Amino acid sequence: MTGQDQSDALVDQVIAAHERRTPLSIVGSGSKAFYGHPSPGATLSTTGHTGIVNHEPTELVLTARAGTPLADIEAALAEQGQQLPFEPPHFSGNGTLGGAIAAGLAGPARPYAGSVRDMVLGLRLINGKGEHMRFGGEVMKNVAGYDMARLNVGALGTLGVITEASLKVLPAPPATATLALEVPISACHPSTETWLRAGRPVSAVAHDGERLYLRLSGTTSAVADAVSDIGGERMSEPAARAFWQSLRDHTHPFFDTSAEPLWRISLPPGADLAPFGTTGLIEWAGQQVWLRARTDAQAIRQIATAAGGSATLFRGQLSDVSVFQPLDAVKTRLHQSLKTAFDPHGILNVGRLYPVLEAA
Amino acid sequence: MPAHAMFRPEDIRFDVDVDPLIAELAKTLPEEGLIVHEAGRRAYECDGLSAYKQLPLLVAVPETIEQVQTILRLCHDAGVPVVSRGSGTSLSGGSLPHPQGLLLAMGKFNRIHDIDADRRIARVEPGVRNLAISEAAAPYGLYYAPDPSSQIACSIGGNVGENAGGVHCLKYGLTVHNVLELTVVTMDGELTTIGSEALDAPGLDLLALMHGSEGMLGVIVEVKVQLLPHPLTKAVLMASFDNVEHGGHAVAGIIARGIIPGGLEMMDGAAIQAAEDFVHAGYDTDAAAILICELDGSEAEVADQMTAVQDCLREHGATRIQVAEDDEAKARFWAGRKAAFPAVGRISADYYCMDGTIPRKQLAHVLRRISELSAQQGLETVNVFHAGDGNLHPLILFDGNQPGQLEAAETLGSEILQLCVEVGGTVTGEHGVGVEKINEMCVQFATSEIEQFHAIKHAFDPAGLLNPGKAIPTLNRCAEFGRLHVHHGELPHPELERL
Repeated sequence: MTGQDQSDALVDQVIAAHERRTPLSIVGSGSKAFYGHPSPGATLSTTGHTGIVNHEPTELVLTARAGTPLADIEAALAEQGQQLPFEPPHFSGNGTLGGAIAAGLAGPARPYAGSVRDMVLGLRLINGKGEHMRFGGEVMKNVAGYDMARLNVGALGTLGVITEASLKVLPAPPATATLALEVPISACHPSTETWLRAGRPVSAVAHDGERLYLRLSGTTSAVADAVSDIGGERMSEPAARAFWQSLRDHTHPFFDTSAEPLWRISLPPGADLAPFGTTGLIEWAGQQVWLRARTDAQAIRQIATAAGGSATLFRGQLSDVSVFQPLDAVKTRLHQSLKTAFDPHGILNVGRLYPVLEAA
Repeated sequence: MPAHAMFRPEDIRFDVDVDPLIAELAKTLPEEGLIVHEAGRRAYECDGLSAYKQLPLLVAVPETIEQVQTILRLCHDAGVPVVSRGSGTSLSGGSLPHPQGLLLAMGKFNRIHDIDADRRIARVEPGVRNLAISEAAAPYGLYYAPDPSSQIACSIGGNVGENAGGVHCLKYGLTVHNVLELTVVTMDGELTTIGSEALDAPGLDLLALMHGSEGMLGVIVEVKVQLLPHPLTKAVLMASFDNVEHGGHAVAGIIARGIIPGGLEMMDGAAIQAAEDFVHAGYDTDAAAILICELDGSEAEVADQMTAVQDCLREHGATRIQVAEDDEAKARFWAGRKAAFPAVGRISADYYCMDGTIPRKQLAHVLRRISELSAQQGLETVNVFHAGDGNLHPLILFDGNQPGQLEAAETLGSEILQLCVEVGGTVTGEHGVGVEKINEMCVQFATSEIEQFHAIKHAFDPAGLLNPGKAIPTLNRCAEFGRLHVHHGELPHPELERL
């Protein structure tokens, strides 16, 4: 397989930083540099550590080094009629595998196809002491030891430098179709439930305040049946692909970066969306809401919490506002002790997740 | 008794003064909630891995979350180990009691609080049986997907602790993919929720970490699970092969066609014969292997896939294909597979069920090696295989009353697990490490990895009071095990001093 194994150099850099107790900021392609708090220190770049190490299409497994561009992985999978089920965003057209896993962000298919962590089977990881370790593996079922691989998904590099990942990959559906329906935002959850219970191959549900967009992905006849039974306006495939990609990569006009801070609200199924107004963008049938708001962060977090969810300040810093929703006392203590367990000198992406609890 | 020591000196290092603890617990628990006398404790001396037995120091049977918090706080302050237990069906000794510890029996936490049909979420106590959740959800057309074969008895709390699987994992995932939120009590008695009804929660993914942590990080007191709508249609078919390798290739062929079956199970000749003799399911006893394939979804989807799967099976040399014509036949096709373990129990005085996972392309090699290793130990092995996800359950047949046979079975089991690691797999797919596979963990993991596991444990439970001696071996244990098992001329963990 192609690519370059730079793990020795990465390990050396972490060992040196550990010995000198100087912080490192882990960087892939930089496509998600805006996400989380800034972390100080010298750059540790994973982009030279590349290559697909193994792809067994009939075992639904792909293993690649962290610096491998997502686009390369998706192209290799597409050759075999497969895909990454969680549709990781390629913000600004880039993105590496390591970054996708460290950020744990998934695209429009997430509620129906699973999250990043759902598909992670194993990781290689350099902890804050420079020890290069392997957890999990390339098999679907594995309960040997604690699930370190999934714990590191979404940890934003605060526990270790991900050097390699093994993922469950899935067949690309033979057919897909997108329908636009004139229904209100409040229809997102009940309509989706009706479709799912009727066995419709739902793979994405979004609402832009005017129309609901339903993507169906499955066997040819299942998609055809759903299209004729559900109705609405069928989008052309190129337009539909561009639409879903613009939601995934935040190139949709709603995400125009010049505007106000962008909030991501994560909600339970069937939550009342009325408190979030009608100017937001709804994904995941109402379980992910994007808001543009300069209003009080406290107020947004209160509404999200009252609905059983949480709010992330996704883009745009606000002074004295934690990007991620603060944790209770018990989980704060657990986060602190887990950070120490992986990174005793506190050198890896310090403060990227929670500046307060990761302060040395 | 098992061939290797259950607890090492460092696992039983605790200095416990039981009488003051009993006096304190008696203030919290009703009389029947505290079991001190030996006859009562005896009922808890083992779980599903009955070769291992150990009397707990005492047993507490709490009924409320507050009682669990108090028990843990008292044990924490007194330095007393705690082992939690649900239905006691662990196949790896996960809830084997600790000789110096309190056994926390969660059986009274057996209420289903809520089935929220509209949002497809069930909120249950940890002692609720796996199958009971699906039964309660059935009137709404819903079910809970993970279905370990012990589902009639095993509890959802234990399922989380072991990250239990079942026969539908390839398509529907493991326990970790189907649980939304846990309420957990930490060893010092604090209460917190982990995860969320939403699809993600802020901070580190502690929910994933709790799954498969074998009661080492906290005690689960409530679980919210995701429910799924019943598939509209199911089709089941069964294909015969005259060798196992063809069956393995057929599985690869089905997946290469872009089909993810709801269930995909393989049994070898010996397993087919045992199952057929037991349940008369119409299995092809002339076959060297059979493949049971379940397809589910909408009628259109299943019809498309049925045609493709049958074509694929024929291409890969299936000697016979039977399609279940009605629900009764579907149930019958499954009955043999689901009864495989008790069926083997009829043909052998005892059996020992292993649980390795392998990359599927290694199946033929692994089965050949298992048969060679079995012959070396003078034992027979029967194989059932979750073919879709590579999880292999070799059943080692032995007679515990024959001197040396249990030891031979344990040696063979250990060799099989090490073989799974050698080919790129793992020592346990879904049964957990417990006490059973703790030595083989030393083969699968390097010293730095085992130390990292211990650091995680320390982060949650600094005094090491939750389920000591399970799941993660001490480095002393690995040094001892390495002394006994030298592979490829290399001593595992060479940096350790040998005692």
